[in-house]
Amino acid sequence: MSASVEYSAPDSAGRFGPYGGAFVPEILIPELQALRTAFAEAWASNTFKDRYHALLQTYVGRPTALTRADRLSEVLGDVQIFLKREDLCHTGAHKINNTIGQILLARQMGKTRIIAETGAGQHGVATATVAARFGLECIVYMGAEDMQRQALNVARMELLGAEVRAVTSGSQTLKDATNEAIRDWVSNPNDTFYIIGSVVGPHPYPVMVRSFHCVIGEETKSQLEAATGRANPDALVACVGGGSNAIGLFYPFIQDPEVQLFGVEAAGEGLNGRHAATLSRGKPGVLHGALSYLLQDTQGQVKLAHSISAGLDYPGVGPEHAWLKDLERVCYSAITDTEALYGVRLLSCTEGIIPALETAHAIAALKHIVDRVRPGGTIVVNCSGRGDKDMQTIMARS
Amino acid sequence: MTSRLTRRLGELRAANEKAMGIFVTNGFPTLQDTPGVLRALAAGGADFVELGMPFSDPLAEGLPIQRSSARALAGGVTMEDAFRCAADFRMSCDIPLLLMGYVNPILQYGPEAFCQLARESGIDGLIVPDLPPEESALLSDYAFRVGLDLIFLAAPNTSDTRIQKIDRMTTGFVYAVSITGLTGSGLNGRMQAIESYLERVRGLVTLNPLLVGFGIRSHEDARRLTRNTDGFIVGSALVRQIEALWENGSLSDMQRLSRVEAFVCTLKNGQDCT
Repeated sequence: MSASVEYSAPDSAGRFGPYGGAFVPEILIPELQALRTAFAEAWASNTFKDRYHALLQTYVGRPTALTRADRLSEVLGDVQIFLKREDLCHTGAHKINNTIGQILLARQMGKTRIIAETGAGQHGVATATVAARFGLECIVYMGAEDMQRQALNVARMELLGAEVRAVTSGSQTLKDATNEAIRDWVSNPNDTFYIIGSVVGPHPYPVMVRSFHCVIGEETKSQLEAATGRANPDALVACVGGGSNAIGLFYPFIQDPEVQLFGVEAAGEGLNGRHAATLSRGKPGVLHGALSYLLQDTQGQVKLAHSISAGLDYPGVGPEHAWLKDLERVCYSAITDTEALYGVRLLSCTEGIIPALETAHAIAALKHIVDRVRPGGTIVVNCSGRGDKDMQTIMARS
Repeated sequence: MTSRLTRRLGELRAANEKAMGIFVTNGFPTLQDTPGVLRALAAGGADFVELGMPFSDPLAEGLPIQRSSARALAGGVTMEDAFRCAADFRMSCDIPLLLMGYVNPILQYGPEAFCQLARESGIDGLIVPDLPPEESALLSDYAFRVGLDLIFLAAPNTSDTRIQKIDRMTTGFVYAVSITGLTGSGLNGRMQAIESYLERVRGLVTLNPLLVGFGIRSHEDARRLTRNTDGFIVGSALVRQIEALWENGSLSDMQRLSRVEAFVCTLKNGQDCT
């Protein structure tokens, strides 16, 4: 076994190498400082952590299963694939690990009003769910186009008592929903807690959201050891939009160089057409409060992303992924809309699991990744969400 | 060396006069209109002008400036256009000219080249609302090297010690954001809170002039908020005015520009003095 990799990002200013930071209007500076302090105290406190883990166990349904995918493995070659079943979390995706953590923090800070942005609606549903569970007012910003293609999740959020506000500016997708949520926060800093849904945004969000999702990778370690006798697989695979499910799975393995890490972005209609492959095709830039890779034109205007998967349809990416790319610690590739639809069918037919379109990108990438793993090697894929919400899109394309 | 902005604000202070800064988006309504609009602002009595560099995702802006930015970008406005507009303005006007915009287009242009070209085009300073002091190292050295002021903002929820820090780091003036909100937000019902906040800031800002902005729509707003400040800045209200004037098909461009001039003059003096 090779020596472990030194990795301690972010620094105290929230920087992952050159990336991250807090590029925000002055109004948000005191709020972010208060949030940093509250998070640091909470994460060092056993009381907070016990409460968080108790909710993950009794409300979210953790630990989620690690499922051996024999029929999928057989199709793909001489490998043993495991699925980390975040699709079995309450609400149907990994997103709730983070919203549980953030709403506990919101309560601790005495905030009474919760806001969130959402793309696919999974983070919106996960936020509306915990807001209902704790009896807090909840407003979710969602692009008008996304509300169309994820109508089921809109209905779920409303049933849970949240107000879903349609965002009609710009591309009417996740980027613009995030703009509106930040504008709401700028206008209501005193009583409002902004629950960001990915490892994006200004410091401390990327490190905080990572902390709340690390349970994915930590469980994987102990479950894999129980199943195979080895805690470390040969490779980990996860889809990357903002990058939260990927960071949650990868982070506990980051200092173990024998574990190859693969992040899969959305290539949309192809990397020469409309896509959302920020790391593959973007350049460093500032969006939503952090320096990271960004899809932008030569004038520094943010370009519209495209993906069949609303959850990956974002022109930015978490700053930690930018740093992991530059360090070459994670290998990032991209999968097209058509390949993702194949991924949905592949996992459905071989394992009886209908994955979310986001997750399907990771599944579809496996056929390229198996060649880079030793014969008989072990691969864990983050099965980040279930596909019920995407049935309309899937049916329209089949 | 004293900058044109510092000199101008100093002269106004000595004359016991409040400074008026006016913001307008470059390329709004169209790129052809901007040079005329800038001259009208100066003719109407603006003490300095902020030329907005539009960005696709302007986080601190309310709807009027969001709309003007989107319209300018749809018209294809670039950073080079801002420099050209500035150089054109400099040929006929001597009041300070600032560029206001978000950090990403500056980063893509290259901060060093950006500062150099801005200075050569006659720009006097920069306001970058998503670049707080903690992140300003990306730009500040280049700006100072060529003599561009870099203006930082304070907000109602900024602590006393932080306001003092901002006063030490800013050049030109301290920009007090009137409310916790977006540009163009209403001030109704908040006046007392704003005044006591400005009184607090007045006591803490000792090294620079203090100007207030966000939500100021009228001469009355301006008069009230300059009791404890050295001047005020208006943006969204002018942008709304321009929107309406250019939508009105019965007006000629000359008439539109003279109404812009009258609007600005009324902001400063309480009556149309053109």
